[in-house]
Amino acid sequence: MVIIVGLETENKDIENNMQEIAKGLLKEKKVDVIIGYKKGTLPLLSQPIIIDKEEDVDKLLWNNLCYVNLAKYLVPRVPRFVDSEKGNLKVGVVAKGCVGRGLIHLASENKINLDEITIIGIPCNGVVNRQRVEMEIGEKEILEVSVLGNNVIVKGKDFEKEFPFDEYMNELCKGCKIRKPSLVSKFPDLCVGECEEYSNIVDEFDDIAEFESKTPEEKWEYITEALSVCTRCYACREACPMCYCNLCFVDQNKPVWFGKTTDLPDIIVYHLIRAMHMAGRCVACGACSLVCPMGIDLNFINRKLEKIVKERFDFTSGLDPDTLPPMVDFKMEDAEEFMLEED
Amino acid sequence: MTEPIVETKQSESKEWEPKIIAFLCNWCSYAGADLAGVSRIQYPPNIRIVRVPCSGRINAYFIIKSLTDGWDGVVISGCHPGDCHYISGNLVARRRFAILKELLEFFGIEPGRVNFMWASAAEGERFAVLIRKATEIVKKLGPNKKFEKKW
Repeated sequence: MVIIVGLETENKDIENNMQEIAKGLLKEKKVDVIIGYKKGTLPLLSQPIIIDKEEDVDKLLWNNLCYVNLAKYLVPRVPRFVDSEKGNLKVGVVAKGCVGRGLIHLASENKINLDEITIIGIPCNGVVNRQRVEMEIGEKEILEVSVLGNNVIVKGKDFEKEFPFDEYMNELCKGCKIRKPSLVSKFPDLCVGECEEYSNIVDEFDDIAEFESKTPEEKWEYITEALSVCTRCYACREACPMCYCNLCFVDQNKPVWFGKTTDLPDIIVYHLIRAMHMAGRCVACGACSLVCPMGIDLNFINRKLEKIVKERFDFTSGLDPDTLPPMVDFKMEDAEEFMLEED
Repeated sequence: MTEPIVETKQSESKEWEPKIIAFLCNWCSYAGADLAGVSRIQYPPNIRIVRVPCSGRINAYFIIKSLTDGWDGVVISGCHPGDCHYISGNLVARRRFAILKELLEFFGIEPGRVNFMWASAAEGERFAVLIRKATEIVKKLGPNKKFEKKW
């Protein structure tokens, strides 16, 4: 028998391990519910599922279409995670690297109690850049998506197209350094499954550095062109695990911080302030980009934020719940080269 | 009683003058501006001052809204690091400013439109010098057109 080592087998391995762990956890009553992914009702999409029975474990799956960040469902907790008598249920979360980061970062913001969750760590192998695939298919309707060997195969009514996964991976996944959730020494029982200890994450930001070297006019042109298609549907906000404010600034009308239109200045302001809020908090899951109906590459802005935070404050979000996020912390010796000074 | 502000119409031959909004912290920079005034140190009349309790009070909203509302420049001034009336307000603010400044630059908005500075209550002279400098920077950039809505 020929053993094919490829994406397909890798996915199967991950899936089997995950199901086994999930089964064990439910059997031993270590968790009350598990949130994971199941086959989506639409192609090119795996959707979240909440299970609380052992026999439902088979519904859990892992493929390269699981781009939803499950940390979103814990802040605020969806009703299924709260019992009227027992209070907060113990939740098992199927976590790829960025879901783990999300959970741990939310814990550092005191939004999650890590005692109440269990991370089922899986070694993520990247997700497909849905938008790029859809763009190449064009107007035709996609009916089925499967993974064969190292290729993603997209089928429709009268077409079939192969996409090499390495190329059509989401851009963030290509350079991802945190594929498994981080191990938290304070909570040894937090992570079951595959987790890893990270000490110092070194990331290159070549793409961002290249963009930065352009002139202000070129940058403005690029940014306005990219963002001008935004319809302000706020899908990026809804998908983001870090957007949990009770009243988002875009919904505030006292005071009105900026207009409600889709004119360019309003769009720019929306994305500027959204970016400000993500500084030091973005966990680089890429969910915002992948849900954008207009295909705006928000990762680009988020990567810039990651770069600023890494360079200025040497911080990577979602690795340690005890480290204060940079925007609520300060150091006397922070760089202030941008301040106006007398000559 | 405050008198209604009467805007004097500039004749067209006159050079364009920027309008700059300045957020000054109550404890240092506002007093510094006051000192500059009572010491009769000249500084450009382009700035309009908004007094805030602390530079840590300043939100990115304030700065970005000022730009969208058509101000040509924004100046934010607070106490020197370590001198904050509320111990650490300006240190938290400094991190926020650093990110905002880089982000504006990234978006291609001239970073010179937004200027941050420290000026204590005893530094009337420094305040005047820095305001002069900020006005000069904004003047060079010209009117703020990027946030203008097109109808």
